[in-house]
Order: sequence, then structure tokens, then C-alpha cells
Amino acid sequence: MSITKEDVHRIATLARLRIGDEEVDGYADNLSRILDLVEQMNAVDTDAIEPMAHPLDVALRLRPDEVTETDRRDAFLEIAPAADRGLYLVPRVIE
Amino acid sequence: MSWESVIGLEVHVQLSTRSKIFSGSATAFGAEPNTQANAVDIALPGVLPVMNREAAVMAVKFGLAVNATVNQRSVFARKNYFYPDLPKGYQISQYEIPIVGPGYLDIEVDGEILRVGITRAHLEEDAGKSLHEDFHGMTGIDLNRAGTPLLEVVSEPDMRSAAQAVAYLRKMHTLVRYLGICDGNMQEGSFRCDANVSVRRAGDDRLGTRTELKNINSFRFVEKAINFEIERQVEVIEGGGSVVQETRLYDPDRDETRSMRGKEQAHDYRYFPDPDLPPLVIDDDFVEASRRAMPELPDAKRRRFVESYGLREADADMLVTDRPVADYFEAVCAATAADARTAANWVNGDVAAALNRDGIDMTAIPVPAEHVGRLLDRIADGTISGKIAKDVFSTMWSSGDDPDSIIESRGLKQISDAGAIEQIVDAVLADSAAQVEQYRAGNQKVVGFLVGQVMKRSEGKANPKQVNEILRRKLDA
Repeated sequence: MSITKEDVHRIATLARLRIGDEEVDGYADNLSRILDLVEQMNAVDTDAIEPMAHPLDVALRLRPDEVTETDRRDAFLEIAPAADRGLYLVPRVIE
Repeated sequence: MSWESVIGLEVHVQLSTRSKIFSGSATAFGAEPNTQANAVDIALPGVLPVMNREAAVMAVKFGLAVNATVNQRSVFARKNYFYPDLPKGYQISQYEIPIVGPGYLDIEVDGEILRVGITRAHLEEDAGKSLHEDFHGMTGIDLNRAGTPLLEVVSEPDMRSAAQAVAYLRKMHTLVRYLGICDGNMQEGSFRCDANVSVRRAGDDRLGTRTELKNINSFRFVEKAINFEIERQVEVIEGGGSVVQETRLYDPDRDETRSMRGKEQAHDYRYFPDPDLPPLVIDDDFVEASRRAMPELPDAKRRRFVESYGLREADADMLVTDRPVADYFEAVCAATAADARTAANWVNGDVAAALNRDGIDMTAIPVPAEHVGRLLDRIADGTISGKIAKDVFSTMWSSGDDPDSIIESRGLKQISDAGAIEQIVDAVLADSAAQVEQYRAGNQKVVGFLVGQVMKRSEGKANPKQVNEILRRKLDA
């Protein structure tokens, strides 16, 4: 198995996911199998193929530099869990 | 034991587009919190980014200005991290293929040219701001800045002293303002710098462990922070310890760098290409159109000022640092028959001093260049002396009036009428019998005193050259 329990915990921490102890083995197994599949694909010779950054063969569309949005702060603050004096409030961030 | 320091800089250039890089929100500084943060910026579900063309144009102009490769195809990636000032949970940046590839910037320090390599420059979005004070134990978030376009410029570790780092930074600062891609305002955070600093024993080829200095937002602090950090690292190593790779924050109040705790775990940003954004394609036409829209750059302007105006290098240097100053100088030259060196002396001298005194920059100058040009003409044609011109200039500054009307209304016209000067000279000589006697006894020095008396009595308006001639003629008679 290529993914260890420690890996699962680390990935969960980075993704801010809470995973119960009883779930760890299942995740380790599933993620390992995904990597095994990638391993299998790695065996294919792709030297002559240009790496792809996007599945569609299109270029990024560009828009003119114009301000098109109006101020909708009040509507957005309305749906925020907490707000004060025009600011969104979040649990204290420790620097 | 002698030590060598190795410095590389990362500069965040906030691009001066009107709207954000991936949304149509305004980017103006200083707006009420969150009034310029729309659904895309606050990351409501289902929104999609649409790229601002002007941000790409600005990045391409920068690339051309630093002799860099412009990548025909660059890729936006997600840099994943959780912090409330970027509510998506990732920052859209460029990772493997940035828009601008390797280039360089030549800087001059102590008369020596140093070529500093630029590794890359990539486009990304800025984050919002966190406010930590006074929210009942919570943190306030203002997302107005979230999504403002940034160009992050990464240098090679080619600098060996804080002075070189500052020279590089200043040159970059001048360049982005010339290009019109950034307002360069360091207080408002439009131009920010992180420094990677390491030390090694002189002659050693391997790089030492580096630290990254953040929060250095003035040229002065960059120099002080780097110098502090070099000394700190040398002390650590000489004391038998080793430098820890970490991010350190510069504290200007205490003039020291401090380890940023809580961020010690190695970053794992899990970059991957952003599926919302296909590759950014820049074709030759795009590059050429951007090139045509570029102004004359500082190095070229300096050469032209020396070659076609006959200025000294140092004067040209001062003039080209700020593009509006260079433009002002050229406007003065166009408005006067006086020579360009005189114009340069005025712009770098009296004009610069007045701007400095009032704490304003050239774009807010109260005196039109044409007025300064006309003032120089009045000196050249003998209407006023250089000394009186300084008074006239200070009235021009406070009143906005043109020099001719000031000279006229204050009666400052130089007295060049021989008869009138003779009258004053006669009156002075009549009052200065003692000095006249000394002169005739061989004391040449009293001439200076007598000229001074004549100038004083004429309220500075007598033509000094004529005063001298007439005085000597009368004394020697």
C-alpha cells in the first residue's frame, strides 16, 4: 500500500477535512488504489506527447479591462455568518 | 573570516488595471471595505474567472522591458492554501509555465554595471486584507484587494550586498512606472518586496541556507532588513550554529527580523493547472502590439538626454528616474532659448527643492513648464539676474503667475541703463569716502563691498556686470 495512515492525516489536515480514526484505513486503501492506477498509466511511453494543461484545445478568452460590477456589499454581507461595519468576520486568525 | 552575502528578490508589482484580473470589480485603492468585492472575488459557488486582457498586455510589456522571453503559451495554476483573505481556498497563479521567462536588468552601483538575472515573472491574483483589532475576538476581512492583478517578478540570487538589492529595486520601480503598469506606491502596497538572503564564506561556491524576509515596504527598510539579516546569519554560524530555512518578518520599529511562528511547517501548496482557465496564448501580433504601446524606457532616455541635450550623466540620471520629471524637463527646453544644461540645473535644483519642500510629486506641480522656460529666457536676455530669478520663481510657485507679469508688477526688471547705474554708483561713492581712500591706497578688496552697496541700493536690480565696470572706471579715474 503506497499511502500510509500518516499520509492520510496530512492530506486531511491540508484540505481541512476531519476524518475519524475508523475511516483512515479505508481512505488509505482507496487513495493507494488511485495511485496504483496512475502507476499503471505511467508505464505508457508518452515521450512524444506534449503535456496537456487543459482537456479542451482552446485558448483563454480575454475580456476588456472595464469595471462591469456594481457594489452589492449589503446583499453579500446579509448571507455571511458574521459581519460588522462592512467587514466579513471569521474566527480569529493567529499570525 | 570574510563572508559573502547572496541576495535574490521577489517583487510583487500590483498592475494598475481598472478592473480585477478575473472579474469586473473595480481595483481603486481606499474604497469602503468590501464595496469592490463581487461574487467572483468572494468565491460564491458556481462563479467562473474571466481573464482581463490588459493584465496580460502589462505583463508582456514588462517582459519586453527586461529583455525576457514572452511565453506564447502560459498556464494558470491553483496554489492551494486556507486563509480567509482568499475565500476560494486557493490563489490563481502561474507555476510551471509563467507568462514571462528568463530576462535580466542591468543596474549600476558605484560606477560598476551588474547584470541581475530575472528568473521569471508570473501573473496572479492578490489576496484581501485581514484586520485583527477590535472585532470581539474575531478577525475582520476586507476583500476589496482580492483579485487585483499582480505580476510577481523573481530574480536570480545575483546580488551580493544590500546596496545592490536596493539599486535593483529602484531600477525596477522606475521601470514599472515608466511602463505605466504600476503606480509604484509602496505605502499603499502597490510595489512590495520579499528578499531571500543567505551568507557563505568568501570563495565558497555552494549557497548557504537562506531565509525569506517579508514585510519590507520601503527602500530604506529593504537595505536595513537585509543588512540586519546578513549580520544575524554570520553571528549564528560563527557562534557554531546553523541558519534555519524560514520566513522572517522585518520590524522597522526595532530594526530587526523575527521568525514567523506558526508558519514553520513546510508549505505544500499542491499546485495543479486550474481547470477553469485554458492556457493563456500570446501570439506574435499580441507581442508586437504591446511593444508598440511601450514608451521610451529610462536607459534609452538617459542616453538621449546626454547625446542630444549635452547633459552630464549625473544630471540625466536624476531627470530620468521619474518619467514626469523627464517630461517636464523636455517641456522646459521646448519653451526656452536658454541651453539645456541650465534647464536641467533648474529642474534638478530649484524645482526639485520646491517639490520636496511641499511634499508633492511632479504631477502636482503648480508651475507650468512654459513659465520656467520663459523665466530662463529672462535671465538669458538680461532682463533679470539669476538671483532675482530665484525670487521670481518662488512667486511663480505660490501664485501660479507667469514670470513676465511678476517681473513687471514687482518692478524687478534689471537696471541695464548706464546712466541710471552711474547715478547709484555716484551716490554710493559719495557715502563711502573711507573705502574709496582704501582702494586708492591699493586695497582691491573693497570693490566687492562697493558692488554690494550698489546692488543693495538698487534692490538687486542693477546689472552686476555693468556695476563692476562703471565702479572701476570711476574709481580708477
